[in-house]
Amino acid sequence: MTAPLLQVEHVTMRFGGLFAVNDLSFTAQPRQITAIIGPNGAGKTTLFNCITGFYKPQVGRLSLRHPRGEMLLERLDDHAIARTAGVARTFQNIRLFARMSVLENLIVAQHTVLMRASAFSLAGLLGLGRYARAEKAAVDKARHWLDQIGLADLADEEAGSLPYGHQRRLEIARAMCTDPVLLCLDEPAAGLNPRESAELNRLLLHIRDENGIGLLLIEHDMSVVMGISDHIVVLDYGKKIAEGNPAEIRNNPAVIRAYLGEPDEAEAG
Amino acid sequence: MKRRLLDATLAALVAGLLAVPMLGFRLVDSATGLSLSGRPELVAWAAALVFAGRLGLGFLRPAFAALSLPALPAPPGNLRSIAGWALTLFALVLPFLPFADRNLVDKATLVLIYVMLGWGLNIVVGLAGLLDLGFVAFYAVGAYSYALLSQTFGLSFWVCLPLAGLLSASFGIALGFPVLRLRGDYLAIVTLGFGEIIRVILQNWQNVTGGPNGISGIERPSLFGLSFKMVPPEGHQTFAGFFGLDFSADHRVIFLYFLILALALLTNLFTLRIRRLPIGRAWEALREDEIACRSLGINPTLVKLSAFAIGAMFAGFAGSFFATRQGFISPESFTFIESAVILAIVVLGGMGSQIGIVLAALLLIGLPEWFRELQQFRMLAFGGAMVLIMLWKPSGLLSNREPTIRLGGRA
Repeated sequence: MTAPLLQVEHVTMRFGGLFAVNDLSFTAQPRQITAIIGPNGAGKTTLFNCITGFYKPQVGRLSLRHPRGEMLLERLDDHAIARTAGVARTFQNIRLFARMSVLENLIVAQHTVLMRASAFSLAGLLGLGRYARAEKAAVDKARHWLDQIGLADLADEEAGSLPYGHQRRLEIARAMCTDPVLLCLDEPAAGLNPRESAELNRLLLHIRDENGIGLLLIEHDMSVVMGISDHIVVLDYGKKIAEGNPAEIRNNPAVIRAYLGEPDEAEAG
Repeated sequence: MKRRLLDATLAALVAGLLAVPMLGFRLVDSATGLSLSGRPELVAWAAALVFAGRLGLGFLRPAFAALSLPALPAPPGNLRSIAGWALTLFALVLPFLPFADRNLVDKATLVLIYVMLGWGLNIVVGLAGLLDLGFVAFYAVGAYSYALLSQTFGLSFWVCLPLAGLLSASFGIALGFPVLRLRGDYLAIVTLGFGEIIRVILQNWQNVTGGPNGISGIERPSLFGLSFKMVPPEGHQTFAGFFGLDFSADHRVIFLYFLILALALLTNLFTLRIRRLPIGRAWEALREDEIACRSLGINPTLVKLSAFAIGAMFAGFAGSFFATRQGFISPESFTFIESAVILAIVVLGGMGSQIGIVLAALLLIGLPEWFRELQQFRMLAFGGAMVLIMLWKPSGLLSNREPTIRLGGRA
């Protein structure tokens, strides 16, 4: 097994007396899809917010193996995590720039690169060629992802006017435009019909295989989870109750108990 | 029918109640002193008018609904840019048109000041989505910067202009820091307070700002050292003398007009350009969703501060111009109502639309000026016009947004 991409060690996130994530440790490998599942309120989204820096865990360490060296995510600001550590994410309730066009959404995602190329927009203001080239490269990358998600025809539409399934895919494309090493997807299949959800599976597998990055996936739709995950971590009440490949998880009694509840005493007896 | 009657009666009742204090009494100046006399017939008229109007509206509304004012087709981008060029051209030749007298050029200058302020505030409110109710503070900083720098150090307008812009921008950053975490209503209240703080300081810091007396005798600008005075300062030539013209006070009015036109166009050019640059796109993205911005590695602190600073900088330029045009400034000119008018221009123009702001400034500043003949009914006509616009175009005059880049080519 290769060195892990993301190493979560003893992470605890407490809100008052509630342990949303409690002493959680697991690893995610590069070129793998790691799914995080669990009943509602198990702490999955809180964990995501810790990884992407929106929350700071009280205890624990989150280390990411980045080509530029090891990054300790709990010490970085949220925007620094996206910028320097290369962790991109999508949101449970889609957060697109609704009144901007589809293409603009993908260009904004390349803000860091374009900022550097335009010397904080100053060179761009003077109309220097370096920025024009950088912008062209950005458009090319955006077009590449639009082709991947099949929205090239809608590039100039307002993002907020797209149908729900397209918005989900656009958000993934936008995250990919930041050139991440780890992509965190918070319920990407929520609200999708079976056909769209199958398309999503193909897209995620493509990202894993073509871009060689690690994916972290929160999902309730078991057809997605079981279909594409390489590794599954099951949470309940903020704790890890099981870990393994899809086949192992499917037959794990602790997981079944967490999802379906304890059998009744009377029935059991 | 019954519902409409009831509705009209209710409206008439409200109108009657409002009319009692507003129309029902009249101060009579008699030999023994002031006394009040009642005017019940006016109250009755007002109520009757509202009753009839409301009833009529009730009958007309279904017809209106069927008619439904034609939704203006979204003007295509090229039409809008043609309109922009046409307006610019018109503005350039305006002082030389036959009907343009000194009065008109002066009013046009006033409108252009507000156009420029609107464009400056548009960066903060329209693009970055940060509701700023204290924008006039930066205008004041610009005006006082120029007045004080020129009177204390004897610097010329052209040296002071960038300095005033820089000073205003630093005030923008100073305001930006404490409000980084705020949005929406909370941000509006803090900025409102900031605007008032600046005004109160100007009013009370007697030995620097002159307090309520303001600063008078502010140096007028020159064109490359050519003065617009009748008698030039020593070692300088007059504009009229240099070009062999007869001296006319109109020259300065026209010069000031072109100066503010140039400054306003600079603001416009800057905004149009920066919208297509990473920082401008980040402003708009921030307006749409700050959390998504952070998840994409955009530092919201930098983005917000740059919006505040750049918006404030343009207000500072406009403020310097205001000071040099008036020759006299006092805290009176920088009250909250000014901020409100500038914000109204931006909102009425359709947030983020450059031409919309020009139209709104013409309406809000130009109309009341041109309607002075209506005397005390001026504000009534103005209020009526506002209500009509808000009924007709609730999201501003020109509110559709053009993408800053298209896949087919540049937008």
